[in-house]
Amino acid sequence: MDKFVRLEGLVAPLDRNNVDTDAIIPKQFLKSIKRSGFGPNAFDEWRYMDVGQPGQDNSGRPKNPNFVLNQPRYQGAEVLLTRANFGCGSSREHAPWALLDFGFKAIIAESFADIFFNNCYKNGIVPIVLPAAEVEALFKQVEATPGYKLVVDLQAQAVVRPDGYGISFQIDAFRKECLINGWDDIGLTLRHAEKIREFEEQRRINQPWLFA
Amino acid sequence: MSKTLYDKLWENHVVHQEADGTALLYIDRHLVHEVTSPQAFEGLKLAGRKPWRVSSIVATPDHNTPTDHWDEGIKDPISRQQVETLDANIREVGALAYFPFKDARMGILHVVGPENGATLPGMTVVCGDSHTSTHGAFACLAHGIGTSEVEHVLATQCLLQKKSKTMLIAVEGKLGKGVTGKDVALAIIGTIGTAGGTGYAIEFGGSAIRGLSMEGRMTLCNMAIEGGARMGFVAVDDKTVEYLKGRPFSPKGEVWANAVAYWRTLHSDAGAQFDRVVTLKAEEIRPQVTWGTSPEMVVAIDAVVPDPAKQTDPVKREGMERALQYMGLNPNTPMNQITIDKVFIGSCTNSRIEDLREAAGVLKGRHVAANVKLALAVPGSGLVKRQAEAEGLDKVFIAAGFEWREPGCSMCLAMNADRLEPGERCASTSNRNFEGRQGPGGRTHLVSPAMAAAAAIAGRFADVRDVL
Repeated sequence: MDKFVRLEGLVAPLDRNNVDTDAIIPKQFLKSIKRSGFGPNAFDEWRYMDVGQPGQDNSGRPKNPNFVLNQPRYQGAEVLLTRANFGCGSSREHAPWALLDFGFKAIIAESFADIFFNNCYKNGIVPIVLPAAEVEALFKQVEATPGYKLVVDLQAQAVVRPDGYGISFQIDAFRKECLINGWDDIGLTLRHAEKIREFEEQRRINQPWLFA
Repeated sequence: MSKTLYDKLWENHVVHQEADGTALLYIDRHLVHEVTSPQAFEGLKLAGRKPWRVSSIVATPDHNTPTDHWDEGIKDPISRQQVETLDANIREVGALAYFPFKDARMGILHVVGPENGATLPGMTVVCGDSHTSTHGAFACLAHGIGTSEVEHVLATQCLLQKKSKTMLIAVEGKLGKGVTGKDVALAIIGTIGTAGGTGYAIEFGGSAIRGLSMEGRMTLCNMAIEGGARMGFVAVDDKTVEYLKGRPFSPKGEVWANAVAYWRTLHSDAGAQFDRVVTLKAEEIRPQVTWGTSPEMVVAIDAVVPDPAKQTDPVKREGMERALQYMGLNPNTPMNQITIDKVFIGSCTNSRIEDLREAAGVLKGRHVAANVKLALAVPGSGLVKRQAEAEGLDKVFIAAGFEWREPGCSMCLAMNADRLEPGERCASTSNRNFEGRQGPGGRTHLVSPAMAAAAAIAGRFADVRDVL
């Protein structure tokens, strides 16, 4: 996993509540057995006028000019700004894989669905929860300002606007450390292998029916 | 100190805890299917790691598998590759149980686990599928995980977790005729909203929940995720114990007695404190139908399509308008005037024997309306299918004009050939009415199996209470 310390990135606004993971990456693309290559199909049903198929060359497909991420001013965006309950529905990690492959490294929202929120950290994407009023203000600024960029400073736990106004956000200390160092969770957990083994042995004695 | 059921389940699984409260939780049962596991097995192999405890694994393909013409195998080559990859991975590492494509016990994981006794009270149950919350019906700490976590569980038998807040949803009283676990689930989501449970572990309690069968409780816990909660659970009672007796992986003999003694402790203590309590009156819950593109967009069958003009929040109003446009509906239309094109009875929410019995009870001696192009009945597993056939339910479905299919996830998410065409409207017993969920441009209305059967006969949504 890549380290995340500080990012200054172009912001793209997706002004909807309840964006679900079926919308982020439709089911037909889940047939892949790889982790990469989902970016061209991120938001497939909103982004293109036709129905996409896995393995297809997407370059010649008709794009929906009304979909915000198709607008020229948001090309190359690295920060996604959205509303409440982003990433609800299916647990598919293909959703953060698609967003990361598309280019997003940070997502700012009023709230996130739990499983998606967790999946972001596993892929080095920073999901940032900000109060509704701050999100609303960011939407107004982004839409009014072509080339609008935000600084995401993970070390300082702050989102900094171009006008210098900083908004602090919360993150678990452990998750922050993992992101900043790009640590592999499994490696970290296996430091406790002996403890896991002891726990398992006790369990086998106390609740043998779990080990049938 | 009084403990909640969640406290008890949590404390029973903590292996290690970091300073900020992040805990390493031990995982008892790992359910594995073809869609979210290939990258995890590959990651494990690339890192040169071995699975920690393969006897925790129960696996079956379910998302991609066809529900008809099994003799022809899986025609879609990409779907076939995914199922074959699962075959190869399980063959290589092993499992407690593997039910491959066409096996007599194959089916939807969330049906297969409980019916085989592979889901037992007090377990932590995880799966790369958000509807893993289903297993909470057995007082399990059960939730969906991403593929990185699938790999983490394979490698370490643990997950990194932070403790959730607790919510008690108490449904008190007696459910009316024709009102099912599905209607309770939809009514709850309509009350708390699709993000109402975010950050919470939900315990479902109250006399109406105790009155539900295990099947009804599974339907309810299955939909916890649609209310934003990763997990929902119900305390152990006689019904739980009775359901598990004699299942293939249930404990036997003296071990059974010890297990039951422990399971009986799996309830919230009197006086236990919850972070939030929501109470619903069972008598006020009527059969539910969703009208929009989020499960919270739901009303009772005798209501009308809501009017966005009455919504004051601009973001919500725009969401309602977008949903109505996608669904091809006008505000204030009576729900029972909305005609349908297809009917789907199945999915991990509603494909168990009781669901099929309820639908067949409505269909018996009746026939699907002429405007309904396709009505599918898809049992949740091979065992459910066999049981239904032994009871003659297949004949009822077929005589009514339904297609009686092989088990699998089917048109719940349309990864196989079962799907809606653009603009088609479906009465569906599944769990998500998201845009494109059942096929690009498809319009999904979530209902109970009995309500789906009533809609099939009428060719439009209809109040099942009028035909019972």
